[in-house]
Amino acid sequence: MVIDKIKKRIEYDNEDIGKKDEHRSDIPVGKWVKCSKCKEILYKDDLHKNYSVCPNCGNHFRLSSRRRVEQIIDVGTFREFDLKIKTNNPLEMEDYIKKLDILKEKTGLDEAVKCGIGNINDEKVVICVMDSNFMMGSMGKVVGEKITYSIEKAIELSLPVIIFCASGGARMQEGIVSLMQMAKTSAAVQKLNKAGLLYISVLTDPTYGGVTASFASLGDIILAEPNAMIGFAGPRVIKQTIGEDLPEGFQTAEFLLEHGFVDKVVERKEMKDTLYKLIKFNKV
Amino acid sequence: MSKVTAWEKVKIAREPDRPTALDYIENIFDDFIELHGDRYFKDDKSIVCGLGNIGKQNYTIVAEQKGRNTKENIERNFGMPNPEAYRKALRFMKQAEKFKRPIITFIDTKGAYPGLGAEERGQGEAIARNLMEMSDLKVPIIAIVIGEGSSGGALAIGVGDRILMLENAVYSILSPEGYASILWKDSSRAEEAAEKMKLTAEDLLDLGVIDEVIKEPKGNAKQDVEKMSNIIKKKIIENIKELKKLDIDELTERRYKKFRNM
Repeated sequence: MVIDKIKKRIEYDNEDIGKKDEHRSDIPVGKWVKCSKCKEILYKDDLHKNYSVCPNCGNHFRLSSRRRVEQIIDVGTFREFDLKIKTNNPLEMEDYIKKLDILKEKTGLDEAVKCGIGNINDEKVVICVMDSNFMMGSMGKVVGEKITYSIEKAIELSLPVIIFCASGGARMQEGIVSLMQMAKTSAAVQKLNKAGLLYISVLTDPTYGGVTASFASLGDIILAEPNAMIGFAGPRVIKQTIGEDLPEGFQTAEFLLEHGFVDKVVERKEMKDTLYKLIKFNKV
Repeated sequence: MSKVTAWEKVKIAREPDRPTALDYIENIFDDFIELHGDRYFKDDKSIVCGLGNIGKQNYTIVAEQKGRNTKENIERNFGMPNPEAYRKALRFMKQAEKFKRPIITFIDTKGAYPGLGAEERGQGEAIARNLMEMSDLKVPIIAIVIGEGSSGGALAIGVGDRILMLENAVYSILSPEGYASILWKDSSRAEEAAEKMKLTAEDLLDLGVIDEVIKEPKGNAKQDVEKMSNIIKKKIIENIKELKKLDIDELTERRYKKFRNM
């Protein structure tokens, strides 16, 4: 049984989940993967050694939450919160629960965010990492609950909070309940503020919709990965609204930096040290 | 009378002659003065802010406002706020806190405006900040969904102690068209989406998202705006009386828990 699960995870690791998407995930077929940006054929091991950043053009591949934790948290220190919560399928959508179960099997994830406590160069933090491989990182009740629980836990333990955002927005399948998670998570951030604790939000590709319009935009410090696409409305919707093409570079991390909504664009290999530095600077 | 379907309610909520926030405000409050601007960028007319009173009780009023004709609709961007509208709303809500005035919000929007400028000026940030700030404002907040309450654009003025909703109003994560388009890649299935989305006042009461359904006179608010206004007015007075009994810490803690449990 356990072996079966491990097998399935390995299969997942080798699967080309993002094949329809030009921003491919970091989980390629076989040993080789083509960079979506410069089209260079890359050896998988080299890519992973390079933080899943193309050594040729610097393209940041999307990262699974598991790899993200590996890159940010000191080896052996991550303890995932075990919440055992499930969606109650508020809209009674057919096949929704089945779809979730299949994804859980396939990805080894229990939902679109992984939350826990771990160390960054010996500094203890609460960390939440969203995973775009699970329903495009969308926020329904479980994601909202896990984020809120994590923030409350940080208040209880007086720890900083770091959230890596990657999400298409609120999860449609749970309708209005998903919308309400925006209020719930934002209220939790306000509690954290009142407790005087640091919250660093890191925007990664993609961060959109109800996640942008809630906790993602509320960090004391907001970092972003190079070229990450970040916005409220999706590019297609905006294009429909204005009836013309969007300007070059619109809604990229660099665009947000220019418009004053991001503190710093940080390359992946610098991310851990940058977070560490910011945590140290914000210590009383 | 047969039961009005969810899709029929969507259509009623969108009727061009459905009373707008200002129609109610004029009737509900003894006196009302509109005040303008977010102090950063401009005065966005898709949200109306001001001060009003019912008897001795003063209120800060924040209302999403659709136009009542084409000219007004253009001026008010069809009730679709840009970030500066939310920042204006927040400015007045913070001011309400300073002067210990309860806040009444009227929700009626197709959603936050999805334009270039809105993105450049941080639509997501503006909505997020309102959600965060409203969650612990130290005054009672009543939010009333009077027409279409769609997406984060509605919720951005909707974090209240009491959420009331008119009988034919709808409140949802997205318009049924948008929902059908995202979930089934087919916006023409909007009617089917509306029936599934649990966007009617009754459904939302069952889900615990709203606290109370306000009946509309003769089954549709436009039949008698004055009567509708009086019903809303009564509800405001009743609810404020209840909320004012709580001390402020209890009020904000209850508000936190209310959304915490959703």
